[in-house]
Amino acid sequence: MEAIIFNPKEKRRSGPVIFSEYKRGDAIRKILTMSREDILFELKDSKLKGRGGAGFPTSTKWMLTAAAKSDKKFIVCNADEGEPGTFKDRVLLSEYPELVFDGMVIGGYTIGAQQGILYLRGEYEYLLKPLEDYLEEMRKDNLLGNNILGKEGFNFDIYIVLGSGAYVCGEETALIESLEGHRGEPRNRPPYPINTGYLGKPTCVNNVETLCAVTHIVMKGGSWFAKFGTDKSTGSKLFSVSGDCEKPGVYELPWGTKVSELLELVGAKNTKAVQIGGASGICIPKSQFDRTIAYEDIPTGGSIIIFNESRDMLHVLKNFMEFFVEESCGQCTPCRIGNYKLLEGVEMIERGEYTFSYINKLKDLGRTMQVTSKCGLGQSSPNPFISILENFRDEIFNRPNGGRNGR
Amino acid sequence: MLAVEKNALSEEIESYVNKYGNDRSSLLMILHEIQKKHRHISEFAQQEVARLLNIHPVEVYSVISFFAFLNSNPKGRNLVRICQTISCDMKGKKQVVEAIERELGIKIGGTTKDNKFTVEYANCLGLCDMGPAMAINDRVYTNLTPEKAVELLAKVK
Repeated sequence: MEAIIFNPKEKRRSGPVIFSEYKRGDAIRKILTMSREDILFELKDSKLKGRGGAGFPTSTKWMLTAAAKSDKKFIVCNADEGEPGTFKDRVLLSEYPELVFDGMVIGGYTIGAQQGILYLRGEYEYLLKPLEDYLEEMRKDNLLGNNILGKEGFNFDIYIVLGSGAYVCGEETALIESLEGHRGEPRNRPPYPINTGYLGKPTCVNNVETLCAVTHIVMKGGSWFAKFGTDKSTGSKLFSVSGDCEKPGVYELPWGTKVSELLELVGAKNTKAVQIGGASGICIPKSQFDRTIAYEDIPTGGSIIIFNESRDMLHVLKNFMEFFVEESCGQCTPCRIGNYKLLEGVEMIERGEYTFSYINKLKDLGRTMQVTSKCGLGQSSPNPFISILENFRDEIFNRPNGGRNGR
Repeated sequence: MLAVEKNALSEEIESYVNKYGNDRSSLLMILHEIQKKHRHISEFAQQEVARLLNIHPVEVYSVISFFAFLNSNPKGRNLVRICQTISCDMKGKKQVVEAIERELGIKIGGTTKDNKFTVEYANCLGLCDMGPAMAINDRVYTNLTPEKAVELLAKVK
């Protein structure tokens, strides 16, 4: 019943890109024959976008960090996935660590960083020891350390820092703050980490999945990667599927997959709604299941939560808002107070003590939060409030007795 | 706290500082080690960390109060965290929590009288495909039923 096993030896998954064949060290061996520019060109050809959810072009981020002048640079792997319904990084780190770490080495080589940091979320503490042992193995094979694989002057090493249970630290500047030993409160941007990051040095923060994709792109080429997916969303995406379906788990599918196709694949029946992008994503009803998951339509970091006909959507919304109230760092007012007000609104509906004019005001508040919050947390936390109340208003406002506890 | 205990704790913290470096950026990992061993970071420990890193103790406290997994007040010897986020919620988190509450005779957030268990909610443990999930200290358990959860607690020393 203890479920999570660190097992990079046995590969049982298959997929077009991330879960395709790869042997540890191959990409590192290959980059020794390539110049930094070659790697950046391949990345540019691949049109890879950051897999954490924001979708910033990886090649641009790397080019800017590579161009920044500094005696020290850092590459940070953001393994602080805290979005409800996301667990792909857990799978990648416990089954495919070679992709992640080789990707970091490639990053170090390309941007000129000598130090890599894996920021592992506190909830995955059980992976800390095995991953540290894995890094030690890599050092023994000279895939890390000084003069990697005999290449003069190619020095790079990785250490792991454990987070401590703060969702907001998935935001890159908050992550950097906590690495520096401060409260994990997001910084104002600009300046961006690419020139003023960890300890004020240029820092490239990449999602676990992004780095895995980079490793494959180096091996097989940017144009190979770009063959998968759609025009603006190239490659594949890992989806963490949970909720009401027969086969929850991590799936690798090309971008552009329809919601309905995904539902069929995972054996979801009587589906009423799908939450795409976790708590901060959007909730779509049945009528929109023919939409596609891609940057052109519904972008996502990969969390898919499925709700069947028996689920109470107001309860779902309440769970999400409770999450945000707890996880808001409290630094900026729209997020600190706003989420609390939205949760109160949900509770009012639950008790049947609301007015439509007040609920509409709360929706306005939500839209204000989207533009005035300092970081992605407060900018996206009103999404479920707005989309669930919009898409399921018949169900929510026609609750028996006006509320669940009906009086 | 006895002087001997204080000395031992100081030495322990010094060893962490030596391991991770006496720079502020080592703070999180140092606090983690203390938390792991003592289940809380006492005022004295905070002062020692601050002294060795050459920062103000309140800076250390501000970091502890920020993170959910760090705490300055002692908790039970074993920390049970039950995932409360939506996927685990849908798979029966409530029943698991109620069974644990009945069995231990405490409410969530509480500590048993013998100080053996503290039971808390946690936000998404990243085990959504195998919910309901809970963590006992640093080990995680999945696909729980109320019965299984209680059995697991019974096995804890």
